[in-house]
Amino acid sequence: MTQSLKVTSTLVAVGAALAVGILLLLAVGAPPLEALWLLVVGSVGSASKLAITLLAWSPLILAAAGLVVTFAAGLWNIGVEGQLIMGAIAASWVARSVSGPVWVVVPLTIIAGALGGGAWALLAGVLKTHGHVHEIFGGLGLDFVAAGLATYLVIGPWKRAGVASTSGTDIFREEAWMPTFEAFGVSWPVIPVALGIASVVFVWLLLRGTLFGLKLKAVGSNTYSSYIRGIPTNRYLLGAFAIGGALAGVAGSVQATAFHHKLVPAISGGYGFLAILVVLLAGFSAVAIAPIAFFFVAISVGSTQLDLRLGVDSAFGGVLQGVIVLFVLLAGGWAAKHASNTLTPRKEP
Amino acid sequence: MESTFNSIIAAAAPLIIASMGETITEKSGVINLSLEGSLRLSAMTAFAVAFWVGHALAGFAVAALVGAAIAAIIAYSSIGLKLNQIAVGFVLTLLAIDLASFLGDSFVGERGPRVPPLPIPFLSDIPFFGKVLFDQNLVVYFSFFTIAATWFWFYRTRPGLNLQGIGERPAAAFARGINVNKLRFWYTVLGGAMVGIAGASYSLDVKLGWRETLTLNLGWIALAMVIFGGWHPLRVALGAYMFGALQVLAFQLQDVFPGVSQVLPVAPFPLMILALVFVYSDWFSKLGDKFPRMRNLLGSEAPAGLGQVFERE
Repeated sequence: MTQSLKVTSTLVAVGAALAVGILLLLAVGAPPLEALWLLVVGSVGSASKLAITLLAWSPLILAAAGLVVTFAAGLWNIGVEGQLIMGAIAASWVARSVSGPVWVVVPLTIIAGALGGGAWALLAGVLKTHGHVHEIFGGLGLDFVAAGLATYLVIGPWKRAGVASTSGTDIFREEAWMPTFEAFGVSWPVIPVALGIASVVFVWLLLRGTLFGLKLKAVGSNTYSSYIRGIPTNRYLLGAFAIGGALAGVAGSVQATAFHHKLVPAISGGYGFLAILVVLLAGFSAVAIAPIAFFFVAISVGSTQLDLRLGVDSAFGGVLQGVIVLFVLLAGGWAAKHASNTLTPRKEP
Repeated sequence: MESTFNSIIAAAAPLIIASMGETITEKSGVINLSLEGSLRLSAMTAFAVAFWVGHALAGFAVAALVGAAIAAIIAYSSIGLKLNQIAVGFVLTLLAIDLASFLGDSFVGERGPRVPPLPIPFLSDIPFFGKVLFDQNLVVYFSFFTIAATWFWFYRTRPGLNLQGIGERPAAAFARGINVNKLRFWYTVLGGAMVGIAGASYSLDVKLGWRETLTLNLGWIALAMVIFGGWHPLRVALGAYMFGALQVLAFQLQDVFPGVSQVLPVAPFPLMILALVFVYSDWFSKLGDKFPRMRNLLGSEAPAGLGQVFERE
């Protein structure tokens, strides 16, 4: 396929998606240019907004990095949302029950998050490898179970003293908060961002530079022939689940200990499903997810401003993200088709 | 007792219509993963249109168009552009859910028209069965029709045989002169239209009104129902009715055990996983060998060409 055709079609797709967004804003009677400008200002317009966007970028990129691993193994890890929630629950459990200096508690919450998310992913994995339940349904079912568990904990065993409300548990003690770096009067989320960048580097190295990554990609592209060639495919699939789930779990611990500082029912922020869109748009590449996740999270953070300032439902951000991914996928398909049509002479029926 | 069964049949109707639509789509070899999104967007548009026009029927018509349009995008992107059906379906799921929330924001809490009850004369006077089956409304009668028609079409007609052919052995069907991709496209659109009608029956019949949580994530359950039902319309229907029975039962248990209401929205999903483990268990697959005459009904194998793009040489 010619590279320029692909780039052009992607740009046209993003432009068309923006046009659809403008039409939708007009349809609900909102000033479209002001709304789009609010998306920019609301996400990167000031140092404090940028800090919020970076804090939201970290869990998204962690979850997306995990998905790159599971996609490499040919798995549709729709269970990522639940893995994120279980990571947050495990991290919250540590934050609530372990006391000590911050450099002990915070690493423990991160490890707990990884274990919680990894275990939840392995459950979906075992359902697939041993129960023949497709990972889409196993994972999705476990998503809802994890969400139910978070709600149950918040209004049940971990409820705030006296009041059971869905607004969340008690705020964690400060030694369980991920430390921030103060500069320009803003608290910068350096640890979450470092975790996010580390996850991208880790996944890139894993898939590019290790035998495990090579074999994993072989399993992903053809499970049957890999099996015939002597690769223990189930072990590799479960390994991919465990790594992907652990990264999603770390994303959950960031949500709990760096953003909310407590467990809330909607702890995932929808970043698991959003991460799937990011990875699809990035064409499953570990490097490309970083900027795309930033672009997407800027839309998400900015769209909360639309609700506050213009009374536009904040679901607009999700609509815009969805339309962009859909159009880019369609344009990619069109470009590939067009390229193959021009390269090979058309056969008449 | 009669009224309990009556409400089970009524509660299962949207799930029946949606899962029959998906059964038809998947039987032809295409996966429409967008069910949850399709249901919500069609429920929202059905309510909005019925609210403006003042008649439920208009809502159903537009909802069918919405469901068909989403299905057409999936079918075209798979057949015309050779894209992954799961990827496009998943993107459309999230997009349609957000679009429904965004466009439906102003309709939350409004009251719109509803589907009127329509007892069938004479038939509804039959003791027990009359009350259970024929003292319902058009949506429920339509759900009966979809089961019977889907079964008859699959197993008793020539085009139905072709439909199974394009899902199981597309290359062989093509060799017999069947236009595989054209049929797949239109069966996907038909299935999507049925999902749209199911969505409309949530906002105009079963639940009345529009809110984001209206469909209770049953779109995903409908997708699982098709697998649980082994792509056989009667078994899919059986699963949907069992699910409807559990829903009604749980709803009635709410008064006895107050805690049930919090478990209720989550309970279907572990149940879904267990049901899928069950149909793929060794015990269940041996059952099909014991009763060879019921192989169609007891089999759990997906259509062999499901999810794969068919390209002629």
